Amino acid sequence: MKYWRTPLDIDKIKIPRGELHIIKERCKGCGFCVEYCPKGVLKLSDEFNSKGYHPPVAIKPDECVNCDLCEMLCPDFAIYCLRAEDVEKEVTS
Amino acid sequence: MITEVAQQKQEHPMEKLLRMDRIPHIWCPTCGIGTTVTALAVALEQLELDLDNVAVVSGIGCTGRVAGYMKLDSFHTTHGRAIPFAFGLHVARPDMKVIVFSGDGDLISIGGNHFIHTARRNVDITVICVNNFIYAMTGGQVAPTTPLTAKSSTSPYGNYEHPFNLPLLAASSGAVYVARWTALHIRRLTTAFKEAISKRGFSFVEVIAPCSTLYARLNKLGDGLDLMKFYHDNSIIKHGADPKDIDIEYQSKITVGKFVDIEKPTFLDCLNNRNKEVFGDKYKIYGGGNGHNRD
Amino acid sequence: MKADPKNVLVGSHYLDGNHACAEGAIAAGCKFFGGYPITPSTEIAERVSRRFPLVGGVFVQMEDELASMGAILGAAWGGVKSMTCTSGPGFSLMMENFGLGIMLETPCVLVNVQRGGPSTGLPTLPGQADMMQARWGSHGDYEVIALAPDSPQESFELVIHAFNLSEKYRMPVLVMTDECVGHMTEKVIIPPAEEIELVERNYTDKKPGEAWPYEDTKNLLSPLLPVGKGYKFHVTGLTHDQRGYPIINDEAQEWNVRRLIDKVTKNVDDIVWLEEKDVEGAEIVVMAYGITSRVVQPAIAKAKKDGIKIGMIKMVTVWPFPEKRVKELADKVKALIMVEMNYGQVFLEMDRCVAGKCQTYFVGHAGGTVHNPEDVYKTIKEAVK
Repeated sequence: MKYWRTPLDIDKIKIPRGELHIIKERCKGCGFCVEYCPKGVLKLSDEFNSKGYHPPVAIKPDECVNCDLCEMLCPDFAIYCLRAEDVEKEVTS
Repeated sequence: MITEVAQQKQEHPMEKLLRMDRIPHIWCPTCGIGTTVTALAVALEQLELDLDNVAVVSGIGCTGRVAGYMKLDSFHTTHGRAIPFAFGLHVARPDMKVIVFSGDGDLISIGGNHFIHTARRNVDITVICVNNFIYAMTGGQVAPTTPLTAKSSTSPYGNYEHPFNLPLLAASSGAVYVARWTALHIRRLTTAFKEAISKRGFSFVEVIAPCSTLYARLNKLGDGLDLMKFYHDNSIIKHGADPKDIDIEYQSKITVGKFVDIEKPTFLDCLNNRNKEVFGDKYKIYGGGNGHNRD
Repeated sequence: MKADPKNVLVGSHYLDGNHACAEGAIAAGCKFFGGYPITPSTEIAERVSRRFPLVGGVFVQMEDELASMGAILGAAWGGVKSMTCTSGPGFSLMMENFGLGIMLETPCVLVNVQRGGPSTGLPTLPGQADMMQARWGSHGDYEVIALAPDSPQESFELVIHAFNLSEKYRMPVLVMTDECVGHMTEKVIIPPAEEIELVERNYTDKKPGEAWPYEDTKNLLSPLLPVGKGYKFHVTGLTHDQRGYPIINDEAQEWNVRRLIDKVTKNVDDIVWLEEKDVEGAEIVVMAYGITSRVVQPAIAKAKKDGIKIGMIKMVTVWPFPEKRVKELADKVKALIMVEMNYGQVFLEMDRCVAGKCQTYFVGHAGGTVHNPEDVYKTIKEAVK
């Protein structure tokens, strides 16, 4: 990401990291999480769950910023993010 | 990092607000109702309310099933009558937050009279209406919200009746808080729920949500995800817009935002004020029921 | 539990049946009344609206009868005693949420001041033709409790009794009065509060997480769960299990419906209330309820003068029907006569129970006025032939 200027407190800001949890069996394969993940972390997998839907899979798990959008948009309570406290990385400009 | 959660140890953050023994729910893939439920759950959590003091009342229909999935005191009532039931509950327990969560057919068609009168009285409840433009539970019949020309199983050649504009109906009936969002505007929707629940008086939030199995299929609009994309491309956020100007036409732009946020004495305020004026000190301010003697 | 003295208008009053109903409700501790104006029941709502502010109740004139019935159910779940009143067409509208009240097992009281029907019928004149609607008016199988007062005094007392039954059996209870009783003005003696016994709402003793709204108790009378106390219970008009969760199959349906039926039929001896006069040794027994039970009395007196061995049963409760007693009598008497202001509603139930074991006679008409005692007398004479 490119800023027009470097924020003065850049040293203090940390990009949050998320830990993604997918409850495959609840998924109905709507694709909301895949479509709206701002970081493009997810895609629908080829795998089937027992109801015959394709649950999502993280293709870029390390890029999850714990924004919770997938969790909020999921109509089936099948995906959620937790803040990955230990794996926060520092911003580099 | 990704964890695949085995079924026996599911710990979704919303679980304390959901009846997990009833999940998976009955809603179709790409239905928007579940998303709306999450928004309500997040709103309740962020408001830090005592959840013992929140009740949810639903009528009949797809959205009518919400009461059954929320881990709150919850009432699944008859078709169209969620609002009067909630009104009675509110009067008996004004200290509780009573939320009506139901669909457009339930609240506006069969329950339309209750909707306008409860708004008129400015009863301190929150009404959330999931509008999917169709009767979904019964198989996709035309609703009083179905846009002109949209097809349904009982308007097979396209609807020719003018639909209701729900924010206009609510506002002109006396609601003190009126907002409309789509299921895609999940964070703004959550904020709207928080504002509506905190508001004293009749607050109303319309949520445009995708019905994939019926509305989208009968109108060849793809699935729920396609409708979400449509909302993304066609929603216009216009806070304070005059509700008169925000009719929804078939696949037209959808004006969303907060349209009404005013102060007005509630039903119980008015009841107490009037009686106090008439009876003076003989009148004891009404503050709730007498039922719970077991404290 | 005794009535709250604040609510009881002790003394001797000159009231009509409708005003007496209102006083009965207030004495019983009713704190929410949702109503919609309809002749000939409106005076109940009017009196309640006048009296409620100073006894801590809330009267709301609802937008229609559908809402009235819905709101009193909500209020009942909110923890207060609640009531509505109506007549003919309004009763039809209330049947929808009456069914919800039955299904959710909600204590509340519905007063129907019966007028002539069908449809708008005779708004200002009496009828007793809603009796079968009271029994079967909402769809599906269930049992009801319906009381029929014959005077303003009894209107007062039976409304209190209806509240007590509704709390005990956790169901809506019907008071089936009529235009004649509703608008008849007589002396009503309201006793002091300490003489009015009230049934307290039965809330669970169990902690949240351990209690269900329809717990499978032995006597089927599950304690209610209070709202706002952390029970986070769910109730639904769908067929449900003891947790209140919807279960859509035949087994759950059987459990649920049997429960609604059994809680009344297994307690029928406690609920049924008959007032019998000269029934032992009688050859002819006249059965009637509500205002009709007073109208038949001159005919019975006249028949008695003729030397006819005649008795009478006034049905204070019409539903559940006193099946056991009628079957007993059918073996003993020559004829049973049912007198009611309709074309044979409760009569058919009596006739079914008699099952040909004695003669049955029906004296009825379409409503609009009470019976001419002479018509009853003629039927008695025919029965003894």
